[in-house]
Amino acid sequence: MNDWWSMLFDFSDYGQLIWLLRNSILAGLVLGIVGGLVGVFVMSRDLAFAVHGVSELSFAGAAAGLLTGVGVVSGSIAGSLVAAVLIGLLGARARDRNSITAVLMPAGLGLGILFLALYPGRASNKFGLLTGQIVAVDDPRLGVLAVVGGVVVLGLLVLWRPLTFASVDAEVAAARGVPTRALSIAFMVLLGLSVAIGVQVVGALLVLSVLVTPAAAALRVSSSPVLVPVLSVTFATVSLVGGILLALGASVPISPYVTTISFLIYLGCRIVERVRRGMAVRTA
Amino acid sequence: MSDPVLRIDDASLRLGGRLLWSGLDLSVARGEFIAVLGANGSGKTSLLRAILGQHELSAGSIELGGVPVHRGDRRIGYIPQQRLADEGSALRGRDLVALGVDGHRFGTGLPSRARRTRVDAALDAVGARHYARVPVAKLSGGEQQRLRVGQALAGMPDLLLCDEPLLSLDLRQQRVVSELIDRHRRERGFGVLFVTHDVNPILGAVDRVLYLAGGGFRIGTPDDVLRSDVLSELYGSPVDVIRSGGRVVIVGAPDQSHAHEHDHDHAGDLP
Repeated sequence: MNDWWSMLFDFSDYGQLIWLLRNSILAGLVLGIVGGLVGVFVMSRDLAFAVHGVSELSFAGAAAGLLTGVGVVSGSIAGSLVAAVLIGLLGARARDRNSITAVLMPAGLGLGILFLALYPGRASNKFGLLTGQIVAVDDPRLGVLAVVGGVVVLGLLVLWRPLTFASVDAEVAAARGVPTRALSIAFMVLLGLSVAIGVQVVGALLVLSVLVTPAAAALRVSSSPVLVPVLSVTFATVSLVGGILLALGASVPISPYVTTISFLIYLGCRIVERVRRGMAVRTA
Repeated sequence: MSDPVLRIDDASLRLGGRLLWSGLDLSVARGEFIAVLGANGSGKTSLLRAILGQHELSAGSIELGGVPVHRGDRRIGYIPQQRLADEGSALRGRDLVALGVDGHRFGTGLPSRARRTRVDAALDAVGARHYARVPVAKLSGGEQQRLRVGQALAGMPDLLLCDEPLLSLDLRQQRVVSELIDRHRRERGFGVLFVTHDVNPILGAVDRVLYLAGGGFRIGTPDDVLRSDVLSELYGSPVDVIRSGGRVVIVGAPDQSHAHEHDHDHAGDLP
């Protein structure tokens, strides 16, 4: 029991560890902001399943990057973009989108496993692509993540209003001259980039915990178009940075910490929603 | 009479190899309310799409305020059928209306007094102020459609296109929504083209009827068009128009829905 505890939490030499892993914390911060913002649109466009599909292809891309020496980051970005654009082009309707995602997902995962099996390097690297590998963020990699994250945030801010219009009321938006089709593809590209960042930090299998859970939690407690993105970013950032800080001295990957915090926040938001509704009924 | 808001001139529309209508001439005056009736598949929705610039005519022309229509013309307001309920969106009543003001613009939009005033005015115009902060997904169909009317009004249209906006509303809500549209077209002078399968909820408001059937059409006052002889001739088969207690019931009109791949293709999941 005690052994397990010390594997899960170990805060000795904490100050030094934080300094050593500052890049990881910064990477978590970038992903928190990106994931929280993108998540708002993932929810309103009903793309949660597509996110999972994109992340499996991102994993395949990363594995290919590792094998060929192109690099994990470029590989995962390439994989993400291919998947996101394919789903965007072929899956305009929800039904098509779900089936295309379901077709791409195992294909991607299978390819990824093949590439990893062929890769002669260390095993921890392999596992990391699926479940997160926060220790491996060096300066150049952090730089790439920050630039990609910046592109996503900037893109979202520019597209914010028409993308909202197209997401909540597509027919009227189209009638009012919003280019719904082009926006859909543009958003899928931004989503693909976000997933690629997520795969670097929490791993392909757990991307949903950063790109969907925080926004879903925020929507339980608010419907304000200003408050929901703010809460979503806060939740995602707290999950990531908090998870990394807890995991620093531990000998298990960061992912379980991140996903657990993220899940607990969601649970908390549901409880808040329930309590509020109960109070509204009583005062009514 | 002043220049018409909308002028359709000898227009034909062919979709997927099928001729929906041809030789269509129609002028909509300022403040005029025209009901567009006809069986499923007769091209009612496609007519609105042609006016919105989303379908290209195979012949003829459509002009709005003397200029050919084009896609995304914001002088046109648009109210589709109620299908907004979405739990996954951060959207309250007033946010939906605000999209009608500047939802098409890039950027996030900074809070501004002018914008707020305009949204408030539109909310007041449809009596939706008291539920302006309620999430749209929690509103009834009638409340949502009132917001849609407010959203269209906020865009200050010259022409309002409505595509079955009363569908799936109860009778009382149907009346509230159609009365709102009727009142504001009189006050503000925009023309209305109102596609519906049931003319009764709007019969009191309608100036003229455009009835589409079998590739042909009839235009006139409800009394001129909604008659057994006129519709029988249009359909080419016996149709009975029964008037009872101020209501109109059309019996025996052949349904063209077996061939309606494009009409009423509301495509629930647009990108």
